[in-house]
Amino acid sequence: MTTTNVSTTAAFGVDDLSVRIGSAQILNGVTWSVERGETLGIVGESGSGKSMTVLSATGLVPRPPAVVTGRALLGQPDGSQSDLLTMTAAQLRAVRGRRLGYVFQDPSTSLNPLLTVERQLTEGLEYHLKMRPAEASKRAVELLEMVGIPDPARRVKNYPHELSGGMRQRVMIAIALSCDPEVLIADEPTTALDVTIQAQIVDIVRSLQQRLGTAVIWISHDLGVVGGLADRIVVLYGGQVVEQADVETLFEQRSHPYTQGLFAARPTLGRTGNELVTISGSPPDPRELPPGCVFYDRCELRLDDRCRTERPPLVELGPEHWVRSFCATPERQEATA
Amino acid sequence: MSAAQVTADTAAVTGSAPLWRRSLKALLASPVVWFCLVVLGTVLLCAVFGEQIAPQSANETDVSRAFTPPGPDAWMGTDDLGRDVFSRVVLSAAPTLQVSVTSVGIALVVGVTLGLLAGYYRGWVDVVVMRVVDVMFAFPVMLLAIAIVAVLGAGLTTAIIAIGVVYTPIFARVTRASVLSVREEPFIKAAKSLGARDSRIIFTHVLPNVSAPIIVQTSLSFAFAILSEAALSFLGLGVQPPDPSWGRMLFDAKSFLNQGWWLSVFPGAAIFITVLAFNLIGDALRDVLDPKTMTKERA
Amino acid sequence: MTLFLLKRLGHMAIVLIGVTLVVFALIQLVPGDPVRLAMGTRFDPDVYAALRAASGLDRPLVEQYFSYLGNALTGNLGVSFRSGDPVTLLLLARLPATLSLAIASLVVAGLISFPLGIHSALNRGKFSDVVVRVISQFGVSVPDFWMGIILILVFSTTLGWLPPSGYVAITENPWEWFRRVLLPAITVGTASGAIMTRYIRSSVLESLGSDHARTARSKGLPERIVMSRHILRNALVPVITVGGVQLAGLLGGVVVVEVVFAWPGLGRLVYDSVAARDYPVIQGAVLLIAVLFLFINLIVDIVYAKVDPRIALS
Repeated sequence: MTTTNVSTTAAFGVDDLSVRIGSAQILNGVTWSVERGETLGIVGESGSGKSMTVLSATGLVPRPPAVVTGRALLGQPDGSQSDLLTMTAAQLRAVRGRRLGYVFQDPSTSLNPLLTVERQLTEGLEYHLKMRPAEASKRAVELLEMVGIPDPARRVKNYPHELSGGMRQRVMIAIALSCDPEVLIADEPTTALDVTIQAQIVDIVRSLQQRLGTAVIWISHDLGVVGGLADRIVVLYGGQVVEQADVETLFEQRSHPYTQGLFAARPTLGRTGNELVTISGSPPDPRELPPGCVFYDRCELRLDDRCRTERPPLVELGPEHWVRSFCATPERQEATA
Repeated sequence: MSAAQVTADTAAVTGSAPLWRRSLKALLASPVVWFCLVVLGTVLLCAVFGEQIAPQSANETDVSRAFTPPGPDAWMGTDDLGRDVFSRVVLSAAPTLQVSVTSVGIALVVGVTLGLLAGYYRGWVDVVVMRVVDVMFAFPVMLLAIAIVAVLGAGLTTAIIAIGVVYTPIFARVTRASVLSVREEPFIKAAKSLGARDSRIIFTHVLPNVSAPIIVQTSLSFAFAILSEAALSFLGLGVQPPDPSWGRMLFDAKSFLNQGWWLSVFPGAAIFITVLAFNLIGDALRDVLDPKTMTKERA
Repeated sequence: MTLFLLKRLGHMAIVLIGVTLVVFALIQLVPGDPVRLAMGTRFDPDVYAALRAASGLDRPLVEQYFSYLGNALTGNLGVSFRSGDPVTLLLLARLPATLSLAIASLVVAGLISFPLGIHSALNRGKFSDVVVRVISQFGVSVPDFWMGIILILVFSTTLGWLPPSGYVAITENPWEWFRRVLLPAITVGTASGAIMTRYIRSSVLESLGSDHARTARSKGLPERIVMSRHILRNALVPVITVGGVQLAGLLGGVVVVEVVFAWPGLGRLVYDSVAARDYPVIQGAVLLIAVLFLFINLIVDIVYAKVDPRIALS
């Protein structure tokens, strides 16, 4: 079914990744990849499987109960790629935190409330880079400075609850980047933050990426945030990739009815009229996915029989622009990125 | 996305009526709950029809039959005076239930009322009620109950008062906590803005919405009340000899451990199973009624 | 931290005053003349007059309360109606037996609850988890005095391994103390152990599924460190509070068990005093245990604030 592939030069990618937990099909044949120095945006509403795609690929979803198939490929320094899903627990540990850094949604719960910022930074340095405690402590201060925390020598001794939300998320970024990973996985890193802080976090990640050459996977439900940041975007719905393209193409020729709905639902400054457009209905229950198109129930363009009974394949609409729909019609309008 | 949220919210509001039916269905689907209902049904049966069920009266002595081990003549054996242990165990159900139902009833009515007033009106009412509750919580329950019975004089009525008093604060605290979270709900504010009287708001809007934790607490309190009654009777402060009670039978059995194990095993087992049934039902109710644990289980 | 401590002490002072009010009120609730009731058939007009005067029951209520409060603050809890001895001395004589039993019981509760609770959470849904949950439910439901009697029946009467009752001070002969404290400590510790098991289980479960546990795993730390530094540590810190509440509860819960095992502690003293209507001793014991309860809670709060950096602020 899959027609896209993980490129051989990719820093990280998943190939035909499927996840099943009990009777729920959380992910179904998902493929994407991210190159060194590139930012991949993964977009979808809650329940679309967007967090699951990175968590399951990197061994953060317990198996069992989850059954994970496909491949999760990490580019090696020698140019080869190795599959995380076949690694032992110890091999995976050597990858997580060292070569993959994570930033999660809510910094107020993602940091350990009982440990100082310093300890949470140094434990990874000591384990992965075999630093000595004094050396790791010095590095911890440098890392806080790198993510723009003022007075880092003092802040490093603070506990998470003594920091503001934005500062905590900076600490998370510092932890994620502490061992100089090749890939940064940011799972809704700005959702829990104020709008002004959101912009700061986006700026920090962007400038650090340029400096360090890290590949970034930015997961969000917010097309606005991802659109201003990503090079390429993958749209997930019902555990499947429904559209994938580089950011310009997606914004100018969005083709899947769901992607079009996401754009319409985006609150935009200066739009005439006050009503907020929504996509009616709710995402499908992963335990009872429809046999045909997963978006069938909510689609305004559906063609009755075919869409209901036949699962549409991912087809290439233009260069590197993939869409999974029988009724894909590029919507060429108002390129207001 | 927001449309999806709206449908979920409306479902939660309109779903509150069938929630009770669904909870009841979920409860009755559990074999544990059925076990509890059978146990409690048996205890109730013994309490109401004890005289008919018991083969002998509680104090029919026959020293020639003293310390008969359990057998066809006496299912649970006989005691030092030749009294039938089975009959005495059956006949103890009535005072046990009488004490626990009345005392929990007192604690429930007084505690919930105080909790409603404190949580709804806040201010000085809240301060006074919660300070009193804090003071009450400083005494271990059993000790306070013993002290109350000690000054009022031993007996069934004083045991009821003592147990009722010591379990009142927990109802006040549970109710107040729930009221505090409910009183900020839009439908309460709506009712207030429409000019509804406080008593009407409290009884038709607040009380139904805080009933779930109170129901759970009631079931658990029955378990505690039965344990407390048995302990008081054990110490000679509850049911007065020669009337039978599980607690006092155990106290008497303590002197005859060498002569008959059955004297201590059966009355204790009766307390244990009854308390277990109330505890299990309480837990089952909590699982069914508490939306927090439900979402936790699902996640 | 200082502010936290001051607030906590202020709150405790208010509760303490309430506690003395309740204890003071106890004797006022006695229907009739407490002194006459206490003397019963051994009535002697001279002794009666002396006790009556010493109790101060003739004076106005408010005056009585303040003199009671003042005396209590200086450690004077009145004299026993039965023996004429100072209540404070009677209580102090019994305190070591009760404290040593309560602490031994807490140790038993800890030995039961930590392994079972952690094991059960880490094996959630498996057979051993179900077994632990059944056992803890039984432990909560079993009447302690029945359990004590059954333990005596099995280990003393039938097997003859341990003495059925009695007390030897730990300072006198630690081994004999241990042999005698074992059964009562198991009896008292079981219920607390069962409650703590359930609490530890749910606390560890919550910590296992927490966001910061996921962060620790995302750092690629070895499971051993994730478990000890991030999951168990965070799960067990709140257990301090429960342990403190249990210890305080044990102090009150020992009354009945002390009667079963003829353990000469405060509980046994209360029991004997109830039979003799020796109200000042009952009052004194209740006051002492409530004060101990409050102090243990205060210490627990301070320890908790030391371990959890978030507390001091709020």
